[in-house]
Amino acid sequence: MTAHLGAAPATGPASATGPVLANIAVFAVFVAAALAVLYRAAGRTRSAPENPAPSGLALTGEYLCATTLLGIAGAIALGGQDGFLYAVGLLAGWLLYLLLVAEPVRNTGRTAGDVLARRMRHRQVRAASAAAAMVVSVCYLLAQVAGAGGLVALLLGVQHRAAQSVVIAVTGLAMVGCVLAGGIRGNARVQAVKAAGVLLCAGSLAVFLLGKFGFSLSALLAGAADGNALGDRLVEPAAAPGGSALARLDLVSLGLALALGTAGLPHLVARPRPKPGGTTQDGTTQDSTTQDSTTQDGTTPGGALARRSMAWATAILCGFFLATFVIGYGASAMVGSAAIEAAPGGGNSAVPLLARRVGGTVLFGLACAVAFAAILALFARIIRGASRTFAREVYAGIACRGSAEPAAEARVARLTALFAGLLAVCGGVALSGHNLALLVSLAFAFSASATLSTLLYSLFWPRFTPTGALCGCYGGLLSCLLLTIFSPVVSGAPASALPGADFSWFPLTNPALVSVPLSFLCGALGSVLGSGRGGAPHRQAELEVRALTGLGA
Amino acid sequence: MPEAPPTAAQFAAIQRGPEFAELRRRQRGVVCPAAALVLGWYLGYLLLAAFAHDLMSHRVSGRVTVGVALGLLQLASTMLVTLGYLHYAGTRLDPLVTAVRRAAYHGAGWPAAQR
Repeated sequence: MTAHLGAAPATGPASATGPVLANIAVFAVFVAAALAVLYRAAGRTRSAPENPAPSGLALTGEYLCATTLLGIAGAIALGGQDGFLYAVGLLAGWLLYLLLVAEPVRNTGRTAGDVLARRMRHRQVRAASAAAAMVVSVCYLLAQVAGAGGLVALLLGVQHRAAQSVVIAVTGLAMVGCVLAGGIRGNARVQAVKAAGVLLCAGSLAVFLLGKFGFSLSALLAGAADGNALGDRLVEPAAAPGGSALARLDLVSLGLALALGTAGLPHLVARPRPKPGGTTQDGTTQDSTTQDSTTQDGTTPGGALARRSMAWATAILCGFFLATFVIGYGASAMVGSAAIEAAPGGGNSAVPLLARRVGGTVLFGLACAVAFAAILALFARIIRGASRTFAREVYAGIACRGSAEPAAEARVARLTALFAGLLAVCGGVALSGHNLALLVSLAFAFSASATLSTLLYSLFWPRFTPTGALCGCYGGLLSCLLLTIFSPVVSGAPASALPGADFSWFPLTNPALVSVPLSFLCGALGSVLGSGRGGAPHRQAELEVRALTGLGA
Repeated sequence: MPEAPPTAAQFAAIQRGPEFAELRRRQRGVVCPAAALVLGWYLGYLLLAAFAHDLMSHRVSGRVTVGVALGLLQLASTMLVTLGYLHYAGTRLDPLVTAVRRAAYHGAGWPAAQR
């Protein structure tokens, strides 16, 4: 799948992206405006949005990134219906998160890592969880770098792979510098505003395309088939040639990673946060957000609000993926697969090229600017969260045994952020040949391998022990890492990081099919066979009661 | 005013109570089958897309294939499941949570501050 969906050719016919100076000028203006909007959104207030719709937007903003839009639309534009699997998988993952994980996390902490921390006050387990979160975050970050750098390379019309790498590296370093200097904050309001911006752009493009094709799905698909080298096979599975049985298995692995990785994502914060509302005389809660003591819904304060936020978030997500469906096929119809493949970044350029075809240089610059600002906002959020957690759990928790100076911890957090950012830049440059959605799904594979098993076992299995948590976390993490290194993602394919070398004995580009079951197995074996203290039943009781009722939140 | 969280003993007492058992039973009874259904429906789509080439390529109307239709159906089903679960949680599970909180107040001696 990777070889055909988004591989950037080293050289090719000159791309039709227009005059470079005009592109950059328009882009610069719009980016400055977008960043100013985000900066204002961040600074206005410290608290998160409290109405369901903006709160739902914030949730969506954290879950989705502009790279997802670019990647999915590109995958559909070049490879057809197989590309839509990314969207379906992400939705399935969101549903599983909603059903199994969202309310327990909301009632016991902020993110999935807090659930494990509440179940096991065990420094090594928390450090393992933080390390896993760091790996997932670096993966996510390198996708952001590849995305943002790819946009700049497209605007500059840079064709040669080496020059593209330089552009991506410089862009990535600028992003890291911007975040470390404190210029961009990634809090909830920023995510909500950014999500609104991306949605507006995607929605407008989608509505325009639907109108152009007479609101007929069939007409849209016919147009897409005309513009594509694959022709009528575009709407069939395995449209791109080279679909061996192993490649189909790769698809299954990818799909699994997307669906299973959402629940353990380290940067998803369950919203809105419960506020202390006090308890009335008979033990029910006074919901401070509704200001109405007769609505005794019995949940934590804000429970009804949380539900409505989730409903809004789901609706927004569904609308978003519908838009990517239309945009992907529309890009194939209006730009054509040949032009997309020839452009810098390959499939990842489908959406900006479509914007250019629809609205000229202005819309081109606007689309790139909105995507860039959105990427930067999520980049800031992830890198900050991961480095703070890492500094707290690994530095303060392990190295200083729980007693670290706040100033020293903050310094370590900044250093960690710098290091993670540099890693992300290297990774983004190396893996820039791949489709962006594929890179994001790698992050999901790490999340599914390292954190899903410990999360589910913490919530549902009383006999889960710290030894089991360590085994499950590290087992999944290391197996995922090893299998990725020895997969076509890193070597052996035209799009891989080292196209010249070939040490890839693992045939799948996504290791989830192997590493996720392995993680569950390690967690179970570690708990049953390990010599850890028997699982601390009172903590399990506390976690279970908190998770289901929100008592003590 | 915000009250102190229950102590470990109080949590254990709450967990042993019949109200909590009922809540857990009801919640697991809806969440686990729902998650299994969602995963199964999704895996079905995934496996069909991966291996049932002829079925998924069959034209339903115009250029729309079974594959495209099923993909869009997944979008619709996601929204339906979300709304269904949130409605169920609001109407059937929340009263049980209220019952647990009441029992905690009267039985387990929480919250201590208001006694």
